[in-house]
Amino acid sequence: MKRLMNLTPSKPLSIFLSLMPFVLILFVYWNASNVRLAENPNDKLLPSFSQISSAVDRLAFNEDKRTGKYIFWVDTQASLYRIGLGILISAASGLIIGLLTGLVPIARSNLSPVVTIISLIPPMAILPILFISFGLGELAKVMLIIIGTAPVIIRDMQSRVLQLPSEQLIKAQTLGASTWLVALRVVLPQILPSLISSMRLSLGAAWLFLIAAEAIAAQEGLGYRIFLVRRYMSMDVIFPYVIWITTLAFLMDFSLKRLSQLCFPWYHDIESGK
Amino acid sequence: MNFLSIENLYKSYGENLVLERLNLTVEQGEFVSMVGASGCGKSTFLNMLLGKEKQTKGKIVFEGKELTQEPDAERGIVFQKYSVFPHLTVLQNVMIADEFSHSPILGWTFGKSKKEIKQKAMSFIDAVGLSPAIKKYPHELSGGMQQRLAIAQALMKAPKILLLDEPFGALDPGIRADMHELILDIWQKNKLTIFMVTHDIQEGFKLGSRLWVFDKIRQDPQAPNAYGAQVTFDLSLTTENSKAAAKELLKEAS
Ligand SMILES: Nc1ncnc2c1ncn2[C@@H]1O[C@H](COP(=O)(O)OP(=O)(O)OP(=O)(O)O)[C@@H](O)[C@H]1O
Ligand SMILES: [Mg+2]
Repeated sequence: MKRLMNLTPSKPLSIFLSLMPFVLILFVYWNASNVRLAENPNDKLLPSFSQISSAVDRLAFNEDKRTGKYIFWVDTQASLYRIGLGILISAASGLIIGLLTGLVPIARSNLSPVVTIISLIPPMAILPILFISFGLGELAKVMLIIIGTAPVIIRDMQSRVLQLPSEQLIKAQTLGASTWLVALRVVLPQILPSLISSMRLSLGAAWLFLIAAEAIAAQEGLGYRIFLVRRYMSMDVIFPYVIWITTLAFLMDFSLKRLSQLCFPWYHDIESGK
Repeated sequence: MNFLSIENLYKSYGENLVLERLNLTVEQGEFVSMVGASGCGKSTFLNMLLGKEKQTKGKIVFEGKELTQEPDAERGIVFQKYSVFPHLTVLQNVMIADEFSHSPILGWTFGKSKKEIKQKAMSFIDAVGLSPAIKKYPHELSGGMQQRLAIAQALMKAPKILLLDEPFGALDPGIRADMHELILDIWQKNKLTIFMVTHDIQEGFKLGSRLWVFDKIRQDPQAPNAYGAQVTFDLSLTTENSKAAAKELLKEAS
């Protein structure tokens, strides 16, 4: 008998093992919901699957009577726009500032301390400032996401640049490269894969800030809806919304990973060889 | 005028005096092998020639002018490792040298100039025997192939001085012998001036036209860092006779 740490599951077994917890959770939920609903048909805490699906049907596939819109999709669009814009701006500033502070000592002395300090400010604490200065529109919510995620990405990018072997930077100079060309052709392509993984890690924080901002002030959005229906204890809406948010988060993470594998095969080869 | 002259050169890191009183001149086309105990300052010396480290005292004069204090295209280098760009293929790794100078803004070339650079790069890749691997990334190459790639890359800019810091240290004996043929061939064809650090004195004898031995002459057991290393032997290896004499001398000394 091999050691436990050396046993690898076969493909079918591994699929079975990974699906089992999900099936188990659904089964436990289904059971508990049945029990509660049998006691009290008006119970709101654990709605049945059919109650949930009719709520989804009402929000996603039927026009809202008051506004004439498909609420679920309006919410999705609003939230995706905010988080997408926020994370893209964070990534762009992280890349540019991180590359600059990592490669150019003058920029590092100039910007590194202030970035470190900003990254230590709890973003939620300055949310009121954002609402006061940027109003209750889109800008404040996007700003919260940027302030919450950009400093981390900047610091990550800076440390990636500093981790590049100095041999490479010297080599490029002996081949006649200027600072600009070293940045463009040696440093930039090598930190782009790290930028993507940094974005993936920041997505969790970005969703947190998005939902917090939407809960406090918004007219639409996934987070807004959840906190709105909380007043009526509409678990049949909250549950599918949470699952949908999780699905979106998963899809974003997955597509970033695929993008990285597609664009930077050398990086993933080296990583998996380690 | 000497090609390169080193005048009363000192280098210390804080209290630690690494090199002292170096006075040496080198003519164009020499192949200087450098040996010495680990930590005696051979890499430090190369780094000063490269312009990466600044000397504490003294001068390095290159073609009549003081050496520029930052790496440039006149001095090529092959390190022991990390010398090639992991995100570029073999061909791109060699082409990048000329793309830097042809395209100072974009860093990439297109069309006709790209074709010309590719042709030039292919001739160097051919010279180091890497033609079958032009589409491969460095991590797909063996250690010896990576070093050959680094050499091809360094040659693209036709540097006047080529610095080699234990370039073959990580290679097995068979490949090492091939690399020796390669580097001797390149040295003679391109009229390079080469400085090579090695731990293998046989390698130093075989390749060099001149051998420098770095060692501390003065020792203070109470303060091991008070004195630096100097070049204790400066031996010519140009003829078989001088080689034999040099070997004899070193045997006596040790
Ligand atoms: N950046 C640095 N800062 C401080 N001390 C240094 C630095 N670089 C080298 N030294 C010191 O200088 C001395 C010479 O180092 P160097 O790397 O030149 O030795 P070396 O002859 O190349 O040794 P090896 O054969 O092991 O490569 C060592 O004592 C080392 O500790
Ligand atoms: Mg060394």
